[in-house]
Amino acid sequence: MTMVEPNNEPLPKKERMKIPRQTMPEQDPKERIKNFREVPYGLPIDIAIKEAQRCLECKKPKCVAGCPVEVDIPAFLIKIAKGDFVGAARKIKETNAIPAICGRVCPQEEQCEKVCILANKGKSVAIGYLERFVADYEREHGKIEIPNLPPPTGKKVAVVGSGPAGLTVAADLAQMGHKVVIFEALHKAGGVLVYGIPEFRLPKAIVASEVDYLKLLGVDVKTSYVIGKLDTIDELMEMGFDAIFIGTGAGLPNFMRIEGENLNGVYSANEFLTRSNLMAAYNFPDKDTPIHVGDNVAVLGGGNTAMDSVRTAIRLGAKNAYIVYRRSRAEMPARLEEIHHAEQEGVKFNFLTTPIKYFGDENGWIKKMECVRMELGEPDASGRRRPVLIEGSNFVLDIDTVIVAIGNSSNPLIPRTTPGLATNKWGNIQVEEQTMMTSRPGIFAGGDIVTGGATVISAAGAGKVAARAIHRYIMGLPSIEDKVEGKIPKEEAKKL
Amino acid sequence: MTKIIDKRELCEKVCQFKIEAPHLVRKARAGQFVILRLDENGERVPMSIGGLDKVNGILTIVIQEVGKTSGAMNRMKIGDCFADVVGPLGVPSHIEKFGNCVCIGGGVGIPPIYPIAQALKEAGNNVTTIIGARSKSLLIFEKELTEASHRLLISTDDGSYGTHGFVTTVLQKLLNDGEKIDMVICVGPVPMMKAVVETTRKPAIKTYVSLNPIMVDGTGMCGACRVTVGGKTKFACVDGPDFDGHEVDFEEMTKRMKMYIRQEKIAYEKFLHDGCHLKKQMDTISN
Repeated sequence: MTMVEPNNEPLPKKERMKIPRQTMPEQDPKERIKNFREVPYGLPIDIAIKEAQRCLECKKPKCVAGCPVEVDIPAFLIKIAKGDFVGAARKIKETNAIPAICGRVCPQEEQCEKVCILANKGKSVAIGYLERFVADYEREHGKIEIPNLPPPTGKKVAVVGSGPAGLTVAADLAQMGHKVVIFEALHKAGGVLVYGIPEFRLPKAIVASEVDYLKLLGVDVKTSYVIGKLDTIDELMEMGFDAIFIGTGAGLPNFMRIEGENLNGVYSANEFLTRSNLMAAYNFPDKDTPIHVGDNVAVLGGGNTAMDSVRTAIRLGAKNAYIVYRRSRAEMPARLEEIHHAEQEGVKFNFLTTPIKYFGDENGWIKKMECVRMELGEPDASGRRRPVLIEGSNFVLDIDTVIVAIGNSSNPLIPRTTPGLATNKWGNIQVEEQTMMTSRPGIFAGGDIVTGGATVISAAGAGKVAARAIHRYIMGLPSIEDKVEGKIPKEEAKKL
Repeated sequence: MTKIIDKRELCEKVCQFKIEAPHLVRKARAGQFVILRLDENGERVPMSIGGLDKVNGILTIVIQEVGKTSGAMNRMKIGDCFADVVGPLGVPSHIEKFGNCVCIGGGVGIPPIYPIAQALKEAGNNVTTIIGARSKSLLIFEKELTEASHRLLISTDDGSYGTHGFVTTVLQKLLNDGEKIDMVICVGPVPMMKAVVETTRKPAIKTYVSLNPIMVDGTGMCGACRVTVGGKTKFACVDGPDFDGHEVDFEEMTKRMKMYIRQEKIAYEKFLHDGCHLKKQMDTISN
């Protein structure tokens, strides 16, 4: 018998090793394709304790090094095992202000759980499940509290964009005593967490609650405020901000530039997901924003955004929902869990396939999609084998909705209106890696606007690095980890 | 929350709102647009700027009831608030000293012509404005445009006021009379903009049109507002809304604007039905 009760006397290692990795109960696929409720239910208390007891409390925990936001994982797992769930949540929040989000959308299997010592001996500790568990516990039991904040420093930082990078920068800087104002272009804060990631994967109430936590930390959130239009970055500087962080995300959806792409029924994933998530079009006409989903939906791409789109399409009534991906299953960038969920929900996968042309009817609606088959050739710059078109393999599918989920380019709104802000050939803002400072002193950037489309947690990680560097910059502290700051003394930087 | 400080019905189903948005108004320029939301359930609706009172920070917008959202907006009263307004969005109209400019507005495309005409006049141009409506009773902004232009010309489809015909009838007459026109800018329904660019194509007069496709975010993130201009896909929200009219694929745009026609009908009928139902209930209560 393994123990499930909280226990201040830790289990002997041998006993812990006997506990199998716990699974999280989730909605039945047949049911969940009819609703937008969250798929996994979360861990019950006894299961959470049991799972936390599996942690072997390594002397040099690899999981912490595997976490982009440096969560002290063993420390919070021990607290769970002892039944101190609120303490566990606060332990996480010392370094990660958005655990309820990260617990749900981080690719733990690629990070902390990948390097867990138990991963070699079977199955890693379900760190993600447990992070979600304690964050939910704290929120649902009304235990969210303001941590002890240091006295105000009198410094002000503007954060542009309220996605995972911006939220992390804001939380970290607020906890260092700085005044933070977030500027968000949309009417709701959260960035991709509210417009991109579907309700069934990340309930919007949870994002709202994490944003509320930031407000408790003293962060001001200004929505419907487009930097680059209403005010420029330089105007923010003139308004007295000591530093600015740009975390505006990957803004401009890529299309394939093939014939018929502007037919009705062809969406960017950004638009499709924004309609469904931010605007809650799945509740039309109770919500005013409409969305169109036909019987036969093709989603182009193999990433998480493609999975989110195709699973949303199924919930909105698609009879046949296809993933059309130009490489094979092995190269899909989506999380395994997302692919698995999509398969359970009846998504059909067309690998090594790419569309070359769309055919519409007289009213301009897409009706058919001509595709070709691909084969994998030599590895490309990404290290994945490059898909090569097979001549003469053309075929036509009846398709009445297409969702293009092949990535984003950077939005030019801020680079165009900020003189001297260096960008690379793709328009991404260039930063000094150790500090995330841009070519303009005092202006920092991080997340997808720097890297191109990546993950929530890598954006949060960048935010963490930036927050630390911003703190040093505005406090005039000597630089240890970064070089750029030292090169440009603050007085001089201010003149620029 | 964005407060309505003045509201006036300009003609049937068309209302003018003056709303408080000091920061936005201070930054906005002619030809830009805003996105407005009715309430917490509201869609994001792009709206042309129909006037900028820079002194008092007041934004003018004109809304024509064509569906649920516009219908509900036009039933709002002075003192009510929109959920939010965001802007200024889009690239301002290209303003320079062209010489002789013709500003053309039709329907609810007339108000956005007003700040554009003002800006062109201020830039030292000789501004002729042509506005058109189906009938005299539907003609709006005559007073404003008289003041903003050197010359105001009017057309009505039924001949009840001004020239009998369309704005293009008036424009063609100017061309026939041998007037030198250096630039035309046009805001209005798609068929009207299409007719205007066809009129100016042969004499090769630079013609800008201000497009109003379906949008969601209005900052380049969603791509709903794709338009084909010169064979290339552009986003009206960040590349426009003004484009070289001779390069615009109006046929595609017309079709794209009908994308949600079915849903719009459902929402509008529900809105009108719920409105009637509510009114009946109120009547019952007051009786």
